[in-house]
Amino acid sequence: MIPRTARTVLGLATVTVLASACSLSGGSGGDAQQTPTVTLVTHDSFVAPQDVLDAFQRQSGIKLKILKSGDAGELTNKLVLTKANPIGDVAFGVDNTFASRALGEGVFQAYTSPEADRGPQRYSVDSQHRLSAVDVGDVCVNIDPAYFASKHLPEPKTYDDLADPKYKDLTVAESPATASPGLAFLLGTVAKYGEQGWHDYWAKLKANGVKVDSGWEEAYTKDFSGSSGKGPRPIVISYASSPAAEIGDDGKPRTKALLDTCFRQIEYAGVLAGTKQVPQAQKVVDFLLSQQFQTTVAANMYVYPAREGVDLPAGWAAAAPLPQDPATLPADQIQAGREKWIGEWRSLMGA
Amino acid sequence: MALAHGRVTPAQTARTAGLALLGLLPVAFLVVFFAWPVVAILGRGFSAGGVDTVLADAQTWQLAAFTLVSAAASTVVAVVAGLPVAYVLARVKLPGVGLARTLVLVPFVLPTVVVGLAFRALWPDGGVLPLVLANAFFNVAVVARTVAGLWSHLDPRATEAARALGASPWRAFRTVTLPALGPAVASAAAVVFLFCATSFGVVLILGGGRYRTLETEIYLRTVDLLDLSGAAALSLIQFAAVLAALGLGAIARRRRENAVKLKQSTPRRPRKGEWWTVGAAAVVIALLMTPIVALLLESVSTPDGWSLAGFRALASTGTDDALQVSGWVAAKNSLAAATDATLLAMTVGVLASVVLVALRRAPGRLARGMGETMDAALMLPLGVSAVTVGFGYLVTLDALPGDLRTSPLLVPLAQALVIIPLVVRMILPVLRAVDVRLRQAASTLGASPARVWREIDLPLTARSLVAAAGFGYVVALGEFGATSFLARPDAPTLPVAVATLISRPGELNNQMAYAACALLMVVTVVAVALIDRFGSVRGHGTVGEF
Amino acid sequence: MALAVRDLTVHYGSFAAVRDARLDITDGEVLALLGPSGSGKSTLLRAITGLEPATSGSVSWDGTDLADVPVHRRGFGLVFQDGQLFPHRDVAANIAFGLRMHGIPKAKHRARVEELLELVGLKGFERRRVTELSGGQAQRVALARALAPEPRLLLLDEPLSGLDAGLREQLAIDLADLLRRSKITALLVTHDQEEAFTLADRVAVLDAGQIRQEGAVRSVWRNPADDDVAKFLGATSFVDGVAAGGVVHTALGDVALPEPEDGPVRLGLRPHALRVAETGVPGEVTAAVHRREHLRLVVRLSEKDTVDAVAPVTADLRAGDPVRLALDPDGIAIVG
Repeated sequence: MIPRTARTVLGLATVTVLASACSLSGGSGGDAQQTPTVTLVTHDSFVAPQDVLDAFQRQSGIKLKILKSGDAGELTNKLVLTKANPIGDVAFGVDNTFASRALGEGVFQAYTSPEADRGPQRYSVDSQHRLSAVDVGDVCVNIDPAYFASKHLPEPKTYDDLADPKYKDLTVAESPATASPGLAFLLGTVAKYGEQGWHDYWAKLKANGVKVDSGWEEAYTKDFSGSSGKGPRPIVISYASSPAAEIGDDGKPRTKALLDTCFRQIEYAGVLAGTKQVPQAQKVVDFLLSQQFQTTVAANMYVYPAREGVDLPAGWAAAAPLPQDPATLPADQIQAGREKWIGEWRSLMGA
Repeated sequence: MALAHGRVTPAQTARTAGLALLGLLPVAFLVVFFAWPVVAILGRGFSAGGVDTVLADAQTWQLAAFTLVSAAASTVVAVVAGLPVAYVLARVKLPGVGLARTLVLVPFVLPTVVVGLAFRALWPDGGVLPLVLANAFFNVAVVARTVAGLWSHLDPRATEAARALGASPWRAFRTVTLPALGPAVASAAAVVFLFCATSFGVVLILGGGRYRTLETEIYLRTVDLLDLSGAAALSLIQFAAVLAALGLGAIARRRRENAVKLKQSTPRRPRKGEWWTVGAAAVVIALLMTPIVALLLESVSTPDGWSLAGFRALASTGTDDALQVSGWVAAKNSLAAATDATLLAMTVGVLASVVLVALRRAPGRLARGMGETMDAALMLPLGVSAVTVGFGYLVTLDALPGDLRTSPLLVPLAQALVIIPLVVRMILPVLRAVDVRLRQAASTLGASPARVWREIDLPLTARSLVAAAGFGYVVALGEFGATSFLARPDAPTLPVAVATLISRPGELNNQMAYAACALLMVVTVVAVALIDRFGSVRGHGTVGEF
Repeated sequence: MALAVRDLTVHYGSFAAVRDARLDITDGEVLALLGPSGSGKSTLLRAITGLEPATSGSVSWDGTDLADVPVHRRGFGLVFQDGQLFPHRDVAANIAFGLRMHGIPKAKHRARVEELLELVGLKGFERRRVTELSGGQAQRVALARALAPEPRLLLLDEPLSGLDAGLREQLAIDLADLLRRSKITALLVTHDQEEAFTLADRVAVLDAGQIRQEGAVRSVWRNPADDDVAKFLGATSFVDGVAAGGVVHTALGDVALPEPEDGPVRLGLRPHALRVAETGVPGEVTAAVHRREHLRLVVRLSEKDTVDAVAPVTADLRAGDPVRLALDPDGIAIVG
């Protein structure tokens, strides 16, 4: 016999749990399951205009559900953890710094999109074409030109300049362990000075008073003088496209990216190995590589389309030109070295 | 054990079965949504190997030592700052004390990222000092309100006796009042230590990459490096530290339950030397308010002077759609998630408290032992990384019907995990304080056991239940660690929106972030004021206690 | 036989708080369980109420075993030492509580509450908050609350010991009157003999978990079963004697006692069994304390023998004064 207390309370609890289940997830179920739903797992920065997504649904008959899952690293790790029973069908946002981990763990399955020969193949990372490049972006040193003008200092141009005593205590960077631009910057210095030489460079940076924050937020909004935070330091590690967000009243950017200090990040999409909807997932990859979608990435995600012949927003030529010759490293080399370099960097910098 | 000696009647069997069933629900909740995910993710770490290497690494232990020492330092600061405030809240009758009681709780629910940035404004280079102070800043309220709860019930005649015997005021405090407050101080300190040792956002921002704790390192290794074995090793150490703190807290609580009979004392105007304490409390409260005022100022200041642009922008999604939804929608999400979390936490927390009290009343060492184990287990969610639980969800919850892994329901679930321990800590003492003879009187008058709960325990603890619900609600509103990890960007809560806005370039986004923060504070202040109104009756001033 | 307790044993851990208790209460009878604190009397009452599980033995009502009947279905009313009124309800709601629990229609509550308040002498107290009542008033409300659902047995757990002396006496008299008038079957637990004698028809004396003696109030008072019971009932010293023809001869003198049969007899002496007199055994006062009705003395009779005795309030006696003591049959209990 269950005493009445237990029955009452159990009933109450059930009602509560159900009630609370309703208030948040009320809208998710219930639509007619005629159209197959494909889940696109992506990073938090994913933005696409609704009309473009709607158009895709109309044309393909596929309902696209977007599931944002953290930054590139977190996204990759979640995909790795759930590879046996993936949380989606197709993924976008694994970048070249994490591609090898995802590939090594067998997260993606082979698929060569018919759209891939329009440019994305330039950035191919594996022979099986499990990943297709969607966009590229560059992490570069950003500066506050007004500061240098007011101090009558020439603007720095290169990595070496940051170690120049002229610019002592002027740079703020992010930790490669906790921030994606920080990692890109470290990889950029590895690419530039070699696996042996980067330590010396960083030692000089440290001696020159570089400040390391754990996140891009603090570095850019609090320590950098060119942003709203009006911090004390005029040099920061940020994106090539950042100046486009700092357009002043005169229509000109207040900050500047140093195009000789860039490291290229490439973001990929791929069909997840465990999906039960392979053809539909493939169609989503095709969509991400299509002219239709590629036209939107610059304005929405501050990155450059991987596809050739896609128009960029007006003003990008001045505020955020694509660096001509950015540094990069092969994905395999990144995969092999990343943890080691971060570890060495942390002991070197005492972080 | 009486049951072992005696005949077990069907009535007793039914009662035990009912109790077991009731206990099953909170236990099941904790097992499914806490223990199982955590064990699963730790299990992966262990099976990957290398746990022993991490445990043998001297760096690991430096990290652990820094975590514990800095958490201990924050705890000391919070206690030292909290005591004069507690004194004022409990004993002093001056205009503004009620306001102070409400305000002191605001820091506790501020999003860590905002507090981190506020402290960064004062200490641009971060470091250990601001880190320790910021963690203390969050938790002064815990000490002040917990200790005040007991202090207002201490019989002042003991101190008066000591004074009559020739003790100076300070000596009387040290030898009479402080030992009597000891259990509350220790219990609060244990909770504060727990919060500080597992604090995340503040350490990340103020540690500036140089100072790391077990919590940030677990996050780093889990989320960024996918080094699950390293994370598992660190989690083990964290677990041990948390268990130790919980154990100390439990011992302190037990002492408290054996404490002498308490008496309600009426607050009065301070006299002579007592003004020093009042002054100290005023300084502490002023310091607590400084970052808050700075924050409010920041929400209305632009390079071109004062402006409400940030508040107006709450109706938008920020510059360049920094948010996916408007600030108001984020606020609505916050309220909805906090409501769900509170309902869930109250269900589980109240059931757990009822079972704990029943087990404690039950004859027999086994039942009591079970009760104490469950009591401690309920506190564990406070000491485990949100990220460990979150990644645990990924590898376990697909086994449940409905695949909750990517469900928006995870947010209230995780928030509920955070507030259940607080709810239990608030309800349990009050339920325990219900005189068992009142219940027996009701029984003899014909009330069935369920009816006794409804007629006696419920009305007598109603105010505390309301207070616990309100308090849980406020904490859920401000919850950042677990929420930021689980909330999807298309359904952010207010603190998550604040963090997102701050991380995006643009003047307006920054202002909007601070405006959102101000909004959060207003909601908090209103909620806390309501709780204090409803919850604190003369003679039952235990609201906000842990 | 209404209530029958048979071989009831209650353990706390390995400690037997009540051992093999046997009790009977007939309809309309008031039984007092009398015993020093810690004797197990409250435990026995709680076991009868169903609040304490019995290790062995049985409690039955009209021949029906109550082992499987939970507290709230036993139909026993309980009054605690300190009332235990529900603080969140007013006086009327406290009294009506049992009526509600028993599903008595709401319409009938008012009249019943009024009736009970009148019975306990608190007419018009319906809307009072229970926190505003004095101790005596609270206890009256507690009594009314327990009586409201018309329990078949009223259990009174030290109902008067929380009150101060004058009030206690008054309330005891009122309660006795009420119990008799309403013919309530009741079990009273108390450590106060006077309370027991005022209220009860029969007493059971409990010591160390065992019932030592049970019987009519007068007979237990006059004739305690052994020295322990006699001591508990006020005897402070004992003397052996021989009864012959209605007179008992003792070392302290002779006294006329009709009850004992001829032969050896042991007497328990309450203080007023020895009075200061013109003639009698000589002794020396070692202590004298003024009481309201007499002067209480400790008198040394020989090197090792001291006894308690009384003198009239007017007697001017101090330590060191010589006195003579005579036996007074009123203060004597025949032990055994």
